[in-house]
Amino acid sequence: MLDTDFIRSRILEALPGSEVEVRDTTGTGDHFEARVVSPDFAGKAMVQQHQLVYAPLQTWLKTGELHALALKTYSPEQWKKLGNR
Amino acid sequence: MTPELKARFDQITQSHPIVLFMKGNALFPQCGFSARALSLLQPHGEVFTVDVLADPEVRQGIKDYTNWPTIPQIFIRGQFIGGSDILTELAERGELADLVAGKSPA
Repeated sequence: MLDTDFIRSRILEALPGSEVEVRDTTGTGDHFEARVVSPDFAGKAMVQQHQLVYAPLQTWLKTGELHALALKTYSPEQWKKLGNR
Repeated sequence: MTPELKARFDQITQSHPIVLFMKGNALFPQCGFSARALSLLQPHGEVFTVDVLADPEVRQGIKDYTNWPTIPQIFIRGQFIGGSDILTELAERGELADLVAGKSPA
């Protein structure tokens, strides 16, 4: 069983300087959602932004320990424009 | 993946502005995510659909082609956009029309 701190740390290691918020959507430690605002996302398509977040979590996605991770990703500029919804 | 299959994916995704690899077809979607993707795309133009259930080689092949684990998968103007979550988010942000029109870098 994973927890939000674990997910958050893995994402932060891969994307230093980002703002990461993780929620356990079912309370069962395998379905999460995350909002990530990272300077590394600037100029990247959303699919590439998502790949960057999934990358450090591949191991757990593959074993199924992490069953689902719903993502909202923003560059700081996008977040400023679209954020706080 | 065989070069033939890769060439086939290249050809399909580049010959139509909007391509949806889905379960089922436009008349009979076989999965809620595929149905939702279709309904999000349809307002933006003609959607060329490929039924992955019709061909196991395509069903696995498209995942290898994009390095993306799930169906549906959406291509706009030859570019891989992602799955239904990303499509939903792009629709909510109002960015789909621009993508189809080629006005933004995705």
